[in-house]
Amino acid sequence: MIRKFGLVLLLLTLPASAADTPDMRGSPFAMQGGEAVYRGVCQGCHMADAKGASGAAAYPALAANPRLAEAGYVLSMVMDGHKGMPPFRGHFTNGQVADVINFVRSHFGNRYRDKVTEAEVQALR
Amino acid sequence: MTVPSRRSLFQMIGVVAGSAAMYHAMTELGYAEGSSFEGPIKLSQPPAGSTVVILGAGVAGMVAAMELRDAGYKVQLLEYNGRPGGRNWSLYGGDSYTEMGGATQHVQFDSGQYLNPGPWRLPYHHHGILHYARRLGVAMEPFIQVNYNAYVHSPDAYGGKPQRHREVQADFNGHVAELLSKCTKQNALDQAVNAQDREILMRALRDWGALDQNYEYKKNFGTSMRRGFDVDPGGGIKSVPVPSEPKALSDLLRSGLWSAIASGHNYEMQSTIFQPRGGMGMIGKAMGADLGPVIEYNCKVTDIRQDEGGVTVTYVDSRNGGGRRTARAGWCICTIPTPILSQIPMNVGPKLKAAIDQLPYLAALKVGLQFKRRFWEEDEQIYGGISYTSLPSTTISYPMWDYYSKGKGVVLGAYTFGRPAYLAASKSPQERIQDALRDGAQIHPQYPAEFENGVAVAWHRVPWAMGCQGAWTDEAREQHYNNLCSLDGRIVLASEHASRLPGWQEGSVTSALDAVARLHARVVQP
Repeated sequence: MIRKFGLVLLLLTLPASAADTPDMRGSPFAMQGGEAVYRGVCQGCHMADAKGASGAAAYPALAANPRLAEAGYVLSMVMDGHKGMPPFRGHFTNGQVADVINFVRSHFGNRYRDKVTEAEVQALR
Repeated sequence: MTVPSRRSLFQMIGVVAGSAAMYHAMTELGYAEGSSFEGPIKLSQPPAGSTVVILGAGVAGMVAAMELRDAGYKVQLLEYNGRPGGRNWSLYGGDSYTEMGGATQHVQFDSGQYLNPGPWRLPYHHHGILHYARRLGVAMEPFIQVNYNAYVHSPDAYGGKPQRHREVQADFNGHVAELLSKCTKQNALDQAVNAQDREILMRALRDWGALDQNYEYKKNFGTSMRRGFDVDPGGGIKSVPVPSEPKALSDLLRSGLWSAIASGHNYEMQSTIFQPRGGMGMIGKAMGADLGPVIEYNCKVTDIRQDEGGVTVTYVDSRNGGGRRTARAGWCICTIPTPILSQIPMNVGPKLKAAIDQLPYLAALKVGLQFKRRFWEEDEQIYGGISYTSLPSTTISYPMWDYYSKGKGVVLGAYTFGRPAYLAASKSPQERIQDALRDGAQIHPQYPAEFENGVAVAWHRVPWAMGCQGAWTDEAREQHYNNLCSLDGRIVLASEHASRLPGWQEGSVTSALDAVARLHARVVQP
């Protein structure tokens, strides 16, 4: 499989920007498993300890955050984003979305037992 | 038959009708256009005592402040950082930068070296930002977008050996020209091209692709005049040039490298492009100096509240919290990045609130690497410009200043958006630098021996931006863009995120001027 710079056709479907390359998305995220997805992507903002970070505003902690009680809320945030959180529906497979939510809701001091399924992710597509 | 060239057509119009008609004709044909900047804004005198508070001393906020101040408004500008510029920003040796999560980088570049973590290019048709740069005496030098001797690279093409842009472009054009000429000769294009045009097309293809008299793209003097020679022509006895062998079409197609030679065709990346001498941050510095005490630094806005009489902005010291202070004005121009603004309490209507809440900022990464010597110049004859790779670092750009100097140089070792930028934000600054070094060493083996120090900025970790630019989609723009730009009572937004030039400073300038004009119209004619 040839790693290309991205097909030029994608230029038509992507928003304009100050980027040089027409395909700004890059290769698909290859990591598998909730922890790998969290370490690879989510901790960029929510930090390695899931305690979030602050500056002129803040990235919320995922540890000890009562909002995580509702799996559907977390699912909608990951898929569609809100208030600074980008939508990830175009970046992750159903499995990656379910895995990372289930990882976060059962780590960092979180003890939620209910799981998000791939079918529930698919239902939002 | 004679075909008038565009140039001679314009000259004919010019002679017959004068230059105004010529300009009109050029505009109609799309030749003299630029951004929506229409020259310096002219505002009438506002009622005495008119006041505006502006949030954010980036390009948008400072343009708005300069124009409103000049028109006679009393202006107060609150800025989170201890410096003017916002995303108009250069990092120099001696600077420190602390990202969200707490990692601090102490920049160790030599004097005269810098990295622009944010914008780095000024297209010639971005009249607005260039107007302010000129007005403030910011010196400009050329930015080299296309360097024919820079590389295009993929680890899966040509054994991972970087290829010169020049060769890939000449060979791609040449092969395509040859194929098209074959189609034309075989009458495959008869429906699209009539008999008379066919002859012109054949001549043009020969010209464009450097084809020989048989319309073939082959190893010869003519093609080497495009792609370069194995041995260049010279003087004296050893003067005989040795032509080079073009790449085979199939190899070239499968390499994918053709997709890396088009950036300079983009309207926003066509010559001439400028950069401020000494770093992009020179523009922000000059604007900040011009505004002087109008700007209050180290202000973290915590609340924005409007009522019938004006707007009250509450803020604290961004470094240590400190006591709450307030600024009060009749009107407010807010340029705070939407990921941050979405978290600040502000009483605006549901449409503007929804527009702010739905607009995240993009991920982006820039890495600056200082090397002991300018090996790209000394060993590889690359003077400025950009090499592209399909590795995550994507963009490698060479300093476009101090050519031929004996000293060091800072290379832009990575510039990327999207998924590679997300992955980079999850790593430490040191890991981002190591990644850029590992990618770059595949293109320049001199990297490990010559590297000295570096700095890496992942934009989702920038405390005062939380991303590099508004991440608009076509659907979101359709639904929310006008609401985002509309005056809501006494508050109006301005920034690149309130423009159709996302990520460009020209978007900030034109957005600010548009916001100023609409706000002023409301002030003078309530």
